[in-house]
Amino acid sequence: MSEPIILTPPLKDEDVSKLRAGDRVLITGTVYTGRDAAHKRLVDLLDEGKTLPIDLEGQIIYFVGPTPTRPGKSIGSAGPTTSYRMDAYSPILIERGLKGMIGKGSRSQDVIDAMVRHKAIYFAAVGGAAALISRRIESCEVVAYEDLGPEAIRKLEVKDFPAIVVNDCEGNDLYSRGVEEYALDEMEVNG
Amino acid sequence: MREVGAEQITKVVKQLALEAAYQLGDDVREALREGLRQETSPAGQDVLNQLLENADIARDGEFPMCQDTGLAVIFVELGQDVHIVGDDINEAIQEGVRQGYEEGYLRKSACHPFTRKNTGDNTPAIIHISIVPGEKIKLTLAGKGGGSENMSRVMMLKPSDGKDGIKDYVEQRVKEAGSNPCPPIVVGVGIGGTFEKAAMLAKEALLRPLDDSNPDPELAEMEYELLERINRIGIGPAGLGGRTTALAVKVEMMSCHIASLPVAVNINCHAHRHKEVVI
Ligand code: SF4
Repeated sequence: MSEPIILTPPLKDEDVSKLRAGDRVLITGTVYTGRDAAHKRLVDLLDEGKTLPIDLEGQIIYFVGPTPTRPGKSIGSAGPTTSYRMDAYSPILIERGLKGMIGKGSRSQDVIDAMVRHKAIYFAAVGGAAALISRRIESCEVVAYEDLGPEAIRKLEVKDFPAIVVNDCEGNDLYSRGVEEYALDEMEVNG
Repeated sequence: MREVGAEQITKVVKQLALEAAYQLGDDVREALREGLRQETSPAGQDVLNQLLENADIARDGEFPMCQDTGLAVIFVELGQDVHIVGDDINEAIQEGVRQGYEEGYLRKSACHPFTRKNTGDNTPAIIHISIVPGEKIKLTLAGKGGGSENMSRVMMLKPSDGKDGIKDYVEQRVKEAGSNPCPPIVVGVGIGGTFEKAAMLAKEALLRPLDDSNPDPELAEMEYELLERINRIGIGPAGLGGRTTALAVKVEMMSCHIASLPVAVNINCHAHRHKEVVI
């Protein structure tokens, strides 16, 4: 495997255009969290023509609802949640300047199209490696929707946060490529 | 008649909730290591190594294995000669879940289906009680994550679909689930019974140790064949492509109606959390 690419948000079109499905990256800097309920609220605000509680320009949203933080720690366990539940909302946020999303699992064609049109990236973190990932998160602060508990929007400062590019802005998809590459047909097994 | 205090049940359930979230079972660890030995994809090997390291970090008791510590599903085998004193057994279990999730810094994931408002303490837990002979109580707690539960299905096949139809359905379900349920997964299959019984059989199948096989040779063969078929799909660890899509397939079966062939597929992720205790 090749060396990981270092990324520091806010991301620009040039940063995003260079990335290809399958690239490993290490993210350092600010990442926002958000999942089902927070996404709904953000999109409802946009529908009403109101301003968002966070500026999305060039930012990355990490789909995560961490466990409660123990005293003396910066965050609890914080692995990715399944992304398709955000598919209805992501294209609207991408249109508004969102450049990256971190989650797990496939995205809809609408989201992939929005990523191609507006140059954005979908990254996967390893689902279930939540304790390991927490070690790369240096601080965590709730910046919106505290009432949502684990679903509140948090501002994370991360260092060397490991992720892999699943969908790039040319429409490539690592998941379908991975399955094609490793699928065995009957012949190979029986022959 | 043996008396068991409700507070003892609360204490045990709390302990089970903590253990399930922090201690990955030895059988799962061994299955991940075996996966690593077989895996040909470099990205897949990388993921499996990360999962083993993750389990080591979680074992220290500060960070749960996964941030989704699940809804608590509790199976109770209640001996008919046991008398619970002090409180209602259901409430004693709920209180154990409440305490375990609070004191263990576990995520509360229970919410109202419409408003999505969090109940705040991870209750109500899902409780399944069955009455058995004897004067013991067996309590099993499974922390069921949403990602893998969402990929589970019940299907009423036609009797003419037969054994092959069942196997095709299970394989198809795993294919469709793809990278969503955090592969490598464990697949529980329930065959027969009724609509809800098939689902229960599939869930109970997931409580078996990973390294056993069904005592019925026909079902043992089915488990083996399904595992082979699933690991040919190519989804691999974290869905990045590879051999290790499932760690095990467990099948449970019972008789069904002459007009029906129910089959349920309950998928579990590699955070295959279940702990049991006998009081
Ligand atoms: S599917 Fe399992 S490992 Fe993946 S996020 Fe959910 S609980 Fe965690």
